[in-house]
Amino acid sequence: MSLSTAVYQTFFKRNSIFVSTVFAGAFAFGVGFDLGVTAFYDRWNAGKQWKDIRHKYVQE
Amino acid sequence: MLSRLSAGALKRAASVGPTRASTLISSSRSGSVRFASTNSSAAFENLANSRATLAGLSLFTAGSIAWYTHLYGTFPFVGEVHAGHLSDEGLHPASYPWPHSGILDTFDHASIRRGYQVYREVCAACHSLDRIAWRNLVGVSHTADEARVMAEEVEYTDGPNAEGEMFQRPGKLADYMPPPYPNEEAARAGNAGALPPDLSLIVKARHGAADYVFSLLTGYMDPPAGVEIREGMNYNPYFPGGAISMARVLFDGLVEYEDGTPATTSQMAKDVVTFLSWAAEPEHDERKKYGIKAVILFSSLTLISLYIKRFKWTSIKNRKIFYNPPVDKTH
Repeated sequence: MSLSTAVYQTFFKRNSIFVSTVFAGAFAFGVGFDLGVTAFYDRWNAGKQWKDIRHKYVQE
Repeated sequence: MLSRLSAGALKRAASVGPTRASTLISSSRSGSVRFASTNSSAAFENLANSRATLAGLSLFTAGSIAWYTHLYGTFPFVGEVHAGHLSDEGLHPASYPWPHSGILDTFDHASIRRGYQVYREVCAACHSLDRIAWRNLVGVSHTADEARVMAEEVEYTDGPNAEGEMFQRPGKLADYMPPPYPNEEAARAGNAGALPPDLSLIVKARHGAADYVFSLLTGYMDPPAGVEIREGMNYNPYFPGGAISMARVLFDGLVEYEDGTPATTSQMAKDVVTFLSWAAEPEHDERKKYGIKAVILFSSLTLISLYIKRFKWTSIKNRKIFYNPPVDKTH
């Protein structure tokens, strides 16, 4: 059984599985994309944002 | 202007009036004999010297000028004289490398915090900050506890209570920054007739934005020779007109920063302008982050749709059409 057949059998054959895969994939991509962009943004702006200086002022 | 008129225009202008008959005659004559230049030049001279031509041309000229003046508001070919001077527009500020200038750069929040200190200790004596509440500082330049303590130091009028009377209470996070004057008239009376503008949106409200405010704060100087500044006014080349009611307020060492940054004039100006940039654009950091996401997503979607278009069209684009001529079956 080749890879494409396996993918077809697993995700595409039944519509319920296919739709669930699309929805779960969209959710996972949304979270992952946001995490990735935020990680880049925080590295690019290291030391400038409030979360970088907050520890100097917060009193627990 | 006359040189741009064709001879036909002259003829047309002249054809209105008593010379019409002669024109007709001359044209019919020249029509019977082709290339009879002598006749037509005589007719042309006749035309050019006629009164109707003069009147027509004058009318045409006056009409053109009137039309041009109506359309553009000025006479054609007449230069305009301006009584103003470039200094009336104010000096254009230099472009400064702000920490938040780049398309991926956030505000420098340590600078916002210092800038708030400068605003509170210096600017707030005259300038209000109506659109910023204490809660807006939380998570930007101060912790919630710090903001709450600062708000509680200010008395706010609230009410009415159960007896229908207004009462004073300490501020809370939801309260807005207290104005230095109760109303505009009081502000004008306290500043020799000049109204200190509200600073909430001042960075957005001025040409040159942050660069302008920084240049204004650091640009005070003695007026150059020949410039008269009235009593109570100050000279600042960046201010349109040059005479500004606000005096220079930032001097080295005016405030003492808690993080040990040397409080030079330019440092304080930079910090307070960063603070005011944040006040004008509190959404700035989030906006740029969403910008990164939007550019990535939309450019990948564009590439995908371009690929799909080529994919779907490939069978049409690569199709070859052969023409097989019908075989002649008559013989």
